[in-house]
Amino acid sequence: MATHVQSVSAHPRANIRVDLQVIADMIPLGTRVLDIGCGDGALLDYLAHFRQVDGRGMEISQAGVNKGVAHGLSVIQGDADTDLKDYPSDAFDFVILSQTLQATYDPREVLNQLVRIGRRAIVSFPNFGAWHVRLKLLWSGKMPVTDSYDVAWYETPNIHLCTIDDFVELCEDVGITIEQGMVLDARGRPRALRAPGFLANLLGEQGLFVLTRRR
Amino acid sequence: MLSTASPPPVLPGKRLEIPAHDPLKLDSGASLGPLTLAYQTYGTLDARRANAVLVCHALTGDQFVAEPHPLTGKPGWWETLVGPGRILDTDRYFVICVNVIGGCMGTTGPKETDPTTGKPYGLSFPVITVGDMVRAQKRIVDALGIESLFCVIGGSMGGMQVLQWAATYPDQVFAAIPIATASRHSAQNIAFHEVGRQAIMADPEWCGGDYQLKGMRPHRGLAVARMAAHITYLSETALHRKFGRNLQDRDVLSYGFGADFQVESYLRHQGSTFVDRFDANSYLYITRAMDYFDLARDFGGQLADAFRGSKARFCVVSFTSDWLFPTAQSRALVHALNAAATNVSFVEIPTDKGHDAFLLDEPELLDVLGGFIDGCAERRGLKR
Repeated sequence: MATHVQSVSAHPRANIRVDLQVIADMIPLGTRVLDIGCGDGALLDYLAHFRQVDGRGMEISQAGVNKGVAHGLSVIQGDADTDLKDYPSDAFDFVILSQTLQATYDPREVLNQLVRIGRRAIVSFPNFGAWHVRLKLLWSGKMPVTDSYDVAWYETPNIHLCTIDDFVELCEDVGITIEQGMVLDARGRPRALRAPGFLANLLGEQGLFVLTRRR
Repeated sequence: MLSTASPPPVLPGKRLEIPAHDPLKLDSGASLGPLTLAYQTYGTLDARRANAVLVCHALTGDQFVAEPHPLTGKPGWWETLVGPGRILDTDRYFVICVNVIGGCMGTTGPKETDPTTGKPYGLSFPVITVGDMVRAQKRIVDALGIESLFCVIGGSMGGMQVLQWAATYPDQVFAAIPIATASRHSAQNIAFHEVGRQAIMADPEWCGGDYQLKGMRPHRGLAVARMAAHITYLSETALHRKFGRNLQDRDVLSYGFGADFQVESYLRHQGSTFVDRFDANSYLYITRAMDYFDLARDFGGQLADAFRGSKARFCVVSFTSDWLFPTAQSRALVHALNAAATNVSFVEIPTDKGHDAFLLDEPELLDVLGGFIDGCAERRGLKR
């Protein structure tokens, strides 16, 4: 057991971003996982080594893809808006969309695709309803630039901003079941709040949801 | 006696003789046998016979992957990738490369003697397909006692063979790396090939395909075919970078039809060196095989069905400046592989070197292939 622990800490990617760790902890051993918007593959690499998952990644940036593949990960260059329709239904146990939904062209269709190709989907996004975002807009009258939204409105890739309550409403509209919802603080740590809820929408820096399609 | 200009050179390497009583069944319905398959191997097959890598060569390639070419003396055509300490490390892997049937480097093709007539096959050689090439390779893999290949890799027509392998023998390919290729030859590709074939057949020394019997060689036609094809292997940017409008061995235009421009001189050189090592009829047959390639057609029109149930890990590679096998074709292939729920990676390598980039020292290509192959070797449990 001790040697196992040692090997965990010795792995170059044993320490991943806190919010990714929260997601990783939801993934059972040996499952099939698709990580959409996988960046350089940090989460996939972690899941492959410490969860023995059969993991695949999709990433829009070619540089990110090439880096992931050069790391021995299965990654394809692709776009959540256009390339999910090719996968068969229930192709994966989990489909992860971390911090990407707000940058998609058609979030509703993307969510539908997620719960179609995955038995479960894990979706996280920055909460535009967080109290300090609301205050910034109220006080300055300008689009808030925050830790989660760190780019000015005219050059941000985040074209579909939403609050936790907006997200919950959309899931209800399109018939997606929220199995689990939580909120994360500014550092990506889970807060002791259940989403949805008034306080979750006010205090959560990020929303993190486990979804399934209504069967 | 045949009146050939010079006796055929004896090429080094290994041979598998396929006897007349067990001929190769071809897609055309014909049978071919007896026949000789010429191949080369590098490295040692491990005790589990688990470390075999099949390298599939392209249209004008051959089995001499990682050693000086016996006819031209040039380095092996994929020494950037294959050799001791390279990504396909011949101290770790057992690398096999087979001259395709219809070829002219020792494997039976149209220039070899038809045992039933005692004359070169010429155009009586049956039309072959990529599927036939792969079936021939399978004979060698079986003869070597290899149940499952660790990796099948190739670019261009080599990539077509990789896809054919994965579709035909889904349980016997652990990793499949089709590079700069497509699941079918496009109309544009067929069109370029037709230009090449017509150039050969328009050469009076082609003699209806019987040039060997007549002591002729359609050098000019084959050279033109090569020149036209060579343009398609490069990008406009690469041609411009290499040659621009620079003049060759002169300071002013000649107002004639000599090779004024460096690019003309280069193409003429490409054509004239090619004819020394390649057979014109082989060129006809192998281009035809590529034209006929359409993997989806063999699976009811659904490309995904070609890969359904495949356990192979795929790494599809394309190049940004390859206009002969553009990225869109690789992407279509990836969509089909996704639809079949296979394990697939897909990278597009940024380069201005065009289709031929797969043969060149492209650091990003080598990084990606290295990472993918190492990852697969780890999963296969191959020793370092």
